[in-house]
Amino acid sequence: MQSFRFSAEPLPAEAEAARAAVRVFLDAELAAGHFVPHRTSWTTFDAGFSRRAGAAGFIGLTMPAAYGGHERSGLVRFVVTEEMLAAGAPCGAHWISDRQSGPQILRHGSEAAKRAILPRICRGECAFGIGMSEPNSGSDLAAVRTRAARDGDDWLINGSKIWTTNAHQVDYLLALVRTGEPGPDRHGGLTQFIIDMAAPGVTVRPILDLSGHHEFNEVFFTDYRVPDAMMVGAEGEGWGLVTEELAFERSGPDRFLSDYRLLVELVDRIGPEPDRFQAVETGRMVAQLTALLGMSASVARLLDKGVVPGVEAALVKDVGNSFERAVPEIARRLVPVEPSLTAQGEPFREALGGVTLRAPSFTLRGGTREVLRGVIARGLGLR
Amino acid sequence: MNTTNHAQDGAADEVADIVLDQFERLLAQHLSPQVLAACDGAVDDAAWPADLWRALNDSGLPLALVPEAADGIGLEARTAALLIRRCGQAALPLPLPETIAGAALWAAAGGGAPEDALTLVPAGSPVRITRRADGFVLDGRAAQVPWGGSVAALLVDAIDAAGVRHLVRITAPGTVRDPRHNLAGEPRDALDLTGCTAAIDEVRTAPDWAAEVGVGSVEAAGAWVRAQQLVGAMETCLASALDHARERQQFGRPLAKFQAIQHMLAEAAGHVAAATASADLAAACWGDARFVLATAMAKARCGEAAGHVAEICHQIHGAMGFTQEHPLHRATRRLWSWRDEFGSDARWQERIGRAVCAGGGTALWPMLVRLRAGAG
Ligand SMILES: Cc1cc2nc3c(=O)[nH]c(=O)nc-3n(C[C@H](O)[C@H](O)[C@H](O)COP(=O)(O)OP(=O)(O)OC[C@H]3O[C@@H](n4cnc5c(N)ncnc54)[C@H](O)[C@@H]3O)c2cc1C
Repeated sequence: MQSFRFSAEPLPAEAEAARAAVRVFLDAELAAGHFVPHRTSWTTFDAGFSRRAGAAGFIGLTMPAAYGGHERSGLVRFVVTEEMLAAGAPCGAHWISDRQSGPQILRHGSEAAKRAILPRICRGECAFGIGMSEPNSGSDLAAVRTRAARDGDDWLINGSKIWTTNAHQVDYLLALVRTGEPGPDRHGGLTQFIIDMAAPGVTVRPILDLSGHHEFNEVFFTDYRVPDAMMVGAEGEGWGLVTEELAFERSGPDRFLSDYRLLVELVDRIGPEPDRFQAVETGRMVAQLTALLGMSASVARLLDKGVVPGVEAALVKDVGNSFERAVPEIARRLVPVEPSLTAQGEPFREALGGVTLRAPSFTLRGGTREVLRGVIARGLGLR
Repeated sequence: MNTTNHAQDGAADEVADIVLDQFERLLAQHLSPQVLAACDGAVDDAAWPADLWRALNDSGLPLALVPEAADGIGLEARTAALLIRRCGQAALPLPLPETIAGAALWAAAGGGAPEDALTLVPAGSPVRITRRADGFVLDGRAAQVPWGGSVAALLVDAIDAAGVRHLVRITAPGTVRDPRHNLAGEPRDALDLTGCTAAIDEVRTAPDWAAEVGVGSVEAAGAWVRAQQLVGAMETCLASALDHARERQQFGRPLAKFQAIQHMLAEAAGHVAAATASADLAAACWGDARFVLATAMAKARCGEAAGHVAEICHQIHGAMGFTQEHPLHRATRRLWSWRDEFGSDARWQERIGRAVCAGGGTALWPMLVRLRAGAG
């Protein structure tokens, strides 16, 4: 029979203990009025929040002390991220650095890059964006055309990236660019570089999303000069690196808790005496969520042991995205209200409005549903 | 979807492997397609493969989950759950899963290890119990009792005049009013319990972990068993669909090469993975305070998955999968039956939803986290 590497081992006591500490921090943030849970999501960029989270020791948890990290296990980090998501905290200014770019630089970056960047990430003072997608390279990531050419000890980059979340506010991008020929499997000739957004030769053009909100962007490179030390991994190894990075990007609880606060508001709006329809559908969502929490903890355990669980990560994201995509559709059937972003004093209506407008992105960003199902099918031995 | 649990440590792992191997050998020896076909919906003695039961009973497997101190094998619950999933995979036509859980529940309530097959009576119309000088007498009817007419003993949740629920073992079952079957042709008998008697020590208080307001311990144990079996039957369906997709050629290539087929199988695999995660959690919570809630989650999630997995796998098998000749129906007819037994997924979802709404939004997250921390 087909075998996946999920298991129901409990999280270690050390991880559960960290939960209490992060709850104290989040309660204080809420009490100070620093964020409104049902109006924010984990992509919400709030430099102040990230700085305070860094100062409190909740960023760079797995990083070595030499780079400002806390040398805790990946499972402690897992618990901290889970609590941030459940609280609806605005994590956009550190999420990507902490989840994927920082760990990628630690594993494959130059010593100079590690020293320059990792301590700032751990302090919550250094934001990263993901420079993968291009106008003609979405799902087909191997088709990237942005090119880096050798120029002495440096590289010169020309081309553009698109849909880059928070590019207008981040300090760096971790970009995948072409440095050579694709080769027969099309996976050759790709290399990752750290792009300093403050350096000359890079410009950012905002793209408004369907609700008029500015979160993603187009990024243009014109003879952008990047030193060798900012190359991540070896020349031509970019595809393997990106695949590894995506296992981190795809498996976390952020793939099914994006609208967790809507579920909370829904339960409160229904009140203690649900009718049968409300009880059944609420219970169905909670049972689905319980299974996802188990699956994502399993994947976190595998990642912590150094296993790259490509298929299991894709399963968490696919099942998880389907769940979070369905929550607003179910919620609107349980409580008949009109969603609105300006229903002050009615958090359920506001949460429903915000999530309804964001939900189409859940099954696109980080790899579309169709691409993930392809990854799962490969893991099932069908391709 | 694995039948070996990677989480187990050395010694427990070895015992688990020995027991699971032994079970495999017994299945290989006794569970032929002829036996499966003969048991399917049969109303006579064929419904009870006596040789197989004797071999299972002699091996001690029915006491897998009974602690060693109470004369059982004392397997970890997660291993017992794997055994029950294996029963589900193989469509075993015997109440071994019911006996494993029932014997362990009875032992946890202080009762002795049963010597023969035991079944669990689903909650239907209430069964009443009255004290007499020399014991207890029952009053009520039980419907859809798995192998109710063939087993040596029944476990039932019964209510006394004061409204208190008791866990009762009936060793002289009442008359079978009606031999009936579920969609998979498994015996689901209607029994008349009125006039059945139970000795003093056959009436016990359920262990406090197994009973909750509104849910009897037998009903919860039955749901726990069915969730594990559902996972097993889903594994069989998915494995069959994967094999079929790789082997069957149309338009000059295997079905597996069509993206539509790949996506259907990926979706089914997602349901199986989620169902397995919830059943793993329930397995880990056997015997602790989270048992009923974890079981509710598992029966709700596995029951929901069952319908999707059956639908997708039938679609992939084409007309061949719609025949009696192809074994797919042994798994899918069980999925369609088991998801509704001991409380449908909707019934358990409703219980979860009522508890969640009663607690309010803020209490939900801590509840979810506590529940998962119970796994181990
Ligand atoms: C909110 C948001 C934030 C994002 N942030 C970032 C970011 O920070 N950095 C970054 O690099 N990217 C980012 N992305 C881009 C994201 O990764 C891409 O949108 C995604 O990879 C899909 O690419 P595309 O939009 O070009 O769609 P396309 O690849 O053109 O796909 C369009 C549709 O066709 C389907 N499709 C494509 N190929 C196949 C196939 N082989 N088989 C079946 N169906 C197929 C897709 O599944 C999809 O449904 C973001 C996207 C969104 C929505």
